[in-house]
Amino acid sequence: MKAKLLTGIAAAALAFGAGAAMADEDAELVINGEIEIVTKTAAPAHLDGALDEIMSGWRFRDDTTQAMQMDDFDNPAMLAVEDALEIWATADGSEGKSCMDCHGAAEDMAGVKPVYPKWNEAAGEVYTLQMQVNDCRENRMGAEPWKVDASDALAMEGLLSSVSRGMPMNVAIDGPAQSTWEQGKELYYTRTGQLDLSCATCHEQNYGNMIRADHLSMGMVNGFPTYRLKDSKLVGVQSRFKGCVRDTRAETYSPGSPEFIALELYVASRANGLSVEGPAVRN
Amino acid sequence: MKRTMIALAAFAMGTGAAFAEETAPENVSFDGYEVAESLTGVPGDPEKGREIMTNKSAGNCISCHAAEAYADVPFHGEVGPVLDGAGDRWSEAELRGLVVNAKMAFDGTVMPAFYKTDGFTRLGDAFTGKAWPEGEPVTPLLTAQEVEDVVAYLKTLTE
Ligand code: HEC
Ligand code: HEC
Repeated sequence: MKAKLLTGIAAAALAFGAGAAMADEDAELVINGEIEIVTKTAAPAHLDGALDEIMSGWRFRDDTTQAMQMDDFDNPAMLAVEDALEIWATADGSEGKSCMDCHGAAEDMAGVKPVYPKWNEAAGEVYTLQMQVNDCRENRMGAEPWKVDASDALAMEGLLSSVSRGMPMNVAIDGPAQSTWEQGKELYYTRTGQLDLSCATCHEQNYGNMIRADHLSMGMVNGFPTYRLKDSKLVGVQSRFKGCVRDTRAETYSPGSPEFIALELYVASRANGLSVEGPAVRN
Repeated sequence: MKRTMIALAAFAMGTGAAFAEETAPENVSFDGYEVAESLTGVPGDPEKGREIMTNKSAGNCISCHAAEAYADVPFHGEVGPVLDGAGDRWSEAELRGLVVNAKMAFDGTVMPAFYKTDGFTRLGDAFTGKAWPEGEPVTPLLTAQEVEDVVAYLKTLTE
């Protein structure tokens, strides 16, 4: 009985297994003719046994979508980045301070985005970049925190990402962040919902394959926040997670929940070595 | 077999009780990964089966499986094997088992179980992202008759 099963599948795989070609496997991403982006590299050590190589979602998009990210004038996300530059320099809250008053030029924040999410000693928990921004808003500016993935929060994250483009993702997974990272890893491999699928079933076992009309990528977050053409706006990492979990016919976690913070840390660590390329363009 | 006879008898007598003879998901009896007995006793309709397999809001098998047989419907997935010839490769009992719960045949497979109502993690209410309402009986992805329709269509996928 068992032998028969294997034969059936092997035959099918032989006949049709070669169909899973990528959009343009060899395309390289250079933004504005000067920022070189690593979109394919060796997988970080913690992925031993799971993946040898990691690839940005950019590699899986069609030529038109890829091209939009190669020049800031064609990248619709850059409008939000411009808005954020204004917010950066505008005083807000009871302290009458702007981001710039403490941090200087936005460009001086290069190197921040690649290491987030990151352990925050004072808070005693892992902070996403949006949480850190809110910490500044509440505790240093006396301003209202932004909701997770609200448009201002995403624009600011997009600005902080844009000034780090080309720098390798380098999220720490050891030390005090380790237990959160482990929790995220557990979630990544847990099959959920009536369709009983995990992040790994789609993005580790099936990247490069079509699932109906979608070309499955490795589900990397180095391009976030991403401008989704489908939604005509920036989308945050945790909102993206929510959509993916919902598609398994599961009860999702909410953006901002401890589970999604842990998952963001874990998924970010899977991209260690790829360049920050956000705000990216996806369909 | 016995179940089929009863169902057919009920049908013939026009009592409309055929529905009651459906095998509930928790009562499906597997022999290995095969399910020999029809879930309803009513022969499957291959035309309906094709519709279910290629329709996003129904079986949506097409999201993972391609086939020449439904080449007219756009966007075939590549996650599972191409289904042309599945009717040669598998018996009816095997096909029924695969659709009911492919995990019985392929350990840990990506393919969802289409006639199963328990054992889920964080079961949602379809694609709403909300929890399945507590206390409500869980409905399988396909009804018993839809499984039979799909099996009938798969049987036609010969080469
Ligand atoms: C049913 C299949 C499926 C599952 C399960 C799934 N995803 Fe996705 N995911 C997709 C599709 C389709 C896309 C859009 C195409 C692409 O980029 O892969 C996507 C996109 C993404 C992206 C955006 C990638 C980019 O470069 O823009 C991320 C990040 C992601 N998924 C993470 C996850 C995580 C984390 C999980 C588990 C919580 C998950 N996905 C589960 C199908 C899935
Ligand atoms: C999320 C992906 C997915 C969906 C949806 C799906 N399948 Fe599958 N199916 C698979 C995979 C993967 C296999 C291969 C088994 C394995 O090795 O895990 C498979 C195997 C099969 C096989 C045996 C393969 C052969 O041709 O020899 C049949 C028949 C089959 N599926 C029918 C269906 C039908 C009918 C539906 C819808 C009612 C369906 N599948 C939905 C992923 C899927």
